[in-house]
Amino acid sequence: MKNWMIGVTLACALPACVTINIYFPAAAAEKAADKIIDDVWQLKNGGEKPNVNSVEPAAPAK
Amino acid sequence: MKKILFSLVLLLSTLLTSQFVAAAADLEVNTPAISAIKNSMQARHGQLTAHYASGAIGLTKDGLIAVRDANAVPLKDRGGLNSAVAAENADRNKLYKEIATANGHPEWQAEIQSTFAGRWIDKAQAGWWVQGAGGWVKK
Repeated sequence: MKNWMIGVTLACALPACVTINIYFPAAAAEKAADKIIDDVWQLKNGGEKPNVNSVEPAAPAK
Repeated sequence: MKKILFSLVLLLSTLLTSQFVAAAADLEVNTPAISAIKNSMQARHGQLTAHYASGAIGLTKDGLIAVRDANAVPLKDRGGLNSAVAAENADRNKLYKEIATANGHPEWQAEIQSTFAGRWIDKAQAGWWVQGAGGWVKK
């Protein structure tokens, strides 16, 4: 009886481990991609923004 | 009977929580090999930016780059452009492979590549050419 239960537990636990290992972390991969792309294209450095859209701040006073 | 039920519930909850833990973990991207590839790509990017803007090259849907319109480049510069594109793609393929192996899952390479493909295109500047399902589009 005991052996049978241990066998079932192991049979259930083993695929669980495999499932964890083959699971592709899509969200983590996107985060990693963003970080690398920002570095390669230097998107987060300097913070220089072209001031093209300067329409809104200069609202005419009534 | 109760014992069996209890152990089943315990098993199921361990299974579920460990999946969440795996999902929340970050990918390792700070290895020397990955940094070296990044530096090489960063250095090359200065040379490529003008070509993205002119439409000579574009971002492909598989996470690489390709010559789109060779006529946008003077004849004498085309050889240089072709070799820069080839070098960039070699680096990109190495990068995807390196991330997969650094995380102990070489079989993730294709999924990492397609994740990058989407992110490169999302982050591309307006006016650059990117490959959609129906072909080249200008952002």
